[in-house]
Amino acid sequence: MIERRDFLKGCLACGVTAATVSVASGKAMAAGSFEGYPDAMGVLVDLTRCVGCRSCEAACNAEQKLPEPDLAFDDTSVFSDKRRTTEKAYTVVNKYQVADKETLFRKIQCNHCTEPACLSSCFVNAYTKTKEGAVIYNAKVCVGCRNCMIACPFNIPAYSYSSPLNPLVKKCIFCYDTRLKDGKPPACVDICPQQVMTFGRRADLIKLGHDRIQANPAKYVDKLYGEKAVGGTSWMYLSSVDFDKVGFDGHIQNEPIISNVKDFLGFVPMVLSIWPALFTGVHLLATKNKDGHHDHEEGDHQ
Amino acid sequence: MKQFLSRNPSTQIIDSLRKDNDKGRPWTLMEKIFLGLTPQQYLSQAMSNPLNWIFAVIFLIGFPVLIGRYIFGLSWAVGDPYDNAWGLFLAFGLFGMVPLSSSGFQLGSAVEVFGRHDFEPIERLGILNGILGYFFAVMFLMVDLGQPWRLPYPMVVSWGPEAVLFLVAWHVATYLSVQAAETSTAFFEWMGWPAGKTFVKKMALGLAVAGIILSTLHQGALGALSTYAPGKVHPLWYSASFQWLYFFVSSLPGGLCMVIVVSTIAVKTMGWRCDGTFKNSLSKLQIALAKGASMGLITYLTIRLIGIAHDNKWAYLGTGWGAWWMFEIGFGVVLSMILLTAGIRNNSVTLVRMGAWTTIIGVVLNRLNVYMFTFNWQQGHVHIPPIREIIITVTVYSVYIVTYRAILYRWPILFKWKTRYSEYAVLEPTPAAIAEAEAASSK
Repeated sequence: MIERRDFLKGCLACGVTAATVSVASGKAMAAGSFEGYPDAMGVLVDLTRCVGCRSCEAACNAEQKLPEPDLAFDDTSVFSDKRRTTEKAYTVVNKYQVADKETLFRKIQCNHCTEPACLSSCFVNAYTKTKEGAVIYNAKVCVGCRNCMIACPFNIPAYSYSSPLNPLVKKCIFCYDTRLKDGKPPACVDICPQQVMTFGRRADLIKLGHDRIQANPAKYVDKLYGEKAVGGTSWMYLSSVDFDKVGFDGHIQNEPIISNVKDFLGFVPMVLSIWPALFTGVHLLATKNKDGHHDHEEGDHQ
Repeated sequence: MKQFLSRNPSTQIIDSLRKDNDKGRPWTLMEKIFLGLTPQQYLSQAMSNPLNWIFAVIFLIGFPVLIGRYIFGLSWAVGDPYDNAWGLFLAFGLFGMVPLSSSGFQLGSAVEVFGRHDFEPIERLGILNGILGYFFAVMFLMVDLGQPWRLPYPMVVSWGPEAVLFLVAWHVATYLSVQAAETSTAFFEWMGWPAGKTFVKKMALGLAVAGIILSTLHQGALGALSTYAPGKVHPLWYSASFQWLYFFVSSLPGGLCMVIVVSTIAVKTMGWRCDGTFKNSLSKLQIALAKGASMGLITYLTIRLIGIAHDNKWAYLGTGWGAWWMFEIGFGVVLSMILLTAGIRNNSVTLVRMGAWTTIIGVVLNRLNVYMFTFNWQQGHVHIPPIREIIITVTVYSVYIVTYRAILYRWPILFKWKTRYSEYAVLEPTPAAIAEAEAASSK
């Protein structure tokens, strides 16, 4: 039989372990039903108005002090490929041939989710959803695991892989430092000659978006993309064609990404509380009446 | 080494605290490191082993590339994989190696918790296989992280406790300490510090139970990480409710089969290092491990199929990805089960060993599929890692093999450490003789 002292020691060891790791589950349980900061700002993007001039790309490049692009911002040859955001470009415009004559342009950048997947997957809490609605990033704590890039449902964060000493996640921060925190719209919205983008309180923009659809139901698809996707995003979109045809993931879930992980996280406290008792109990049963069980303690081969 | 010993049959390879002759003087650390050979003898036997020349070539090419990754940045080694942020370093090095290292907690709990002392001859190998796998998974992480010097940040600088990776980081760190304690018994014997061993042995049950808790959670957590990317992993490899169970359940046969494979390699390539108890019980133990592995595999196959049925994903089986899925399951799970069960039934250790190989290949292939090959499958291209990434992966894995071999050569993992001069006269001391000797020595 196991000696009582050893048994207690075993329990203590398990307890310490459990205490160490149980913090992992606490905060996650609370998250998931967050409906967003009441005064969070957002942007409503009307795809039907965009002409693909790329001046938003140029404005972003200047505002964020990004390196010179390989091709000038007035070069339309970039539209031959579908581009994504990179460490040198926080926003890009892509061209979609949706019908014989109709062409649509779509600007992509961080959508600033209400419950961001990047934030919930980050093990050093490098991301913050500010009350103004921006998802910002703390370069000082980032370890470079790139889980945010894995988790982002829109494939937005890029990484400066080429920097040997200080590689960082590079993504749109809604011009938070230079504009948003003072109540000003981001550079790309400001520069747009077509008023493609409307800056405002997210709650107001949802209403505005639906009003526009109602006023012109023949023109728009009856959906405000981003109103519900992955728990809602600060950037929302109106389109004249199915969102699938202009590069959006039309089947994206409405629940925030963190809700996918809850099945597992919910299991954590159960393991931590039941396993120690279960397995020490099994030990007592399994080794009952077995002679010489603890003989091996005296230095022979295990 | 094998050739050296056949040429010099009288050499005494160190397997004890004290020398046979010379009035039982304790071996010095240097002598223990060279296994009792002179440095010249050691070097010459190492040079005559062709495997060492293969490693020399790998390291000659691999180390400059590895250093280059830190000097020129990650992009020099892996490119700019924005859409496949986790490549070979993590898909193979972390997600592939950790399940094959679940042997530590399984054998630890079989012996300490369930009282299966018949597994004792292979328990230490299981635990060593565990700690080395985890340690080198962390090494792969150090290669992959953008700023590896910030590795302790999730522990001390900034907490992100709602992240699954936070749980993984804490569990792997805690579990590495647990396994270090479990492995230290062999190290303490080798160094001749019995007090350390006695202290650790008293915690054996606690450590084993801590191992079960931590392993259940972090093996599962490695699967739960992919639930952050529900649309990115191909539906055949993804199930919202089963994902963490897929990873946990497959890690069980993965770890057991890794021990079968490693013990087979050990007994075939370093038979001189295995003692009689190990050699004589090996076939029986491998078949016993195979029984556990085959039960794990049938559970795994069942939940993989239920996962497909649950979300009604059968239609995907008709696609190219479906064929690839059927290969993974057919080769890694079904064929493995056939080989293992046929081996158990016919008492054929050869079949069991073949089944163990296909099992571990299947588990690693599954991790590569989830985190690399099928990742972002809707973009229509398969991520193939660039050559420098492959070279670095092979290099780090070779360091793992060399370290593994160096420890098996020296520490009492495959053989019993002889602590007393008088024992040498007896080839196979009985437990009673040992108890007697211990009692005599304590007086």
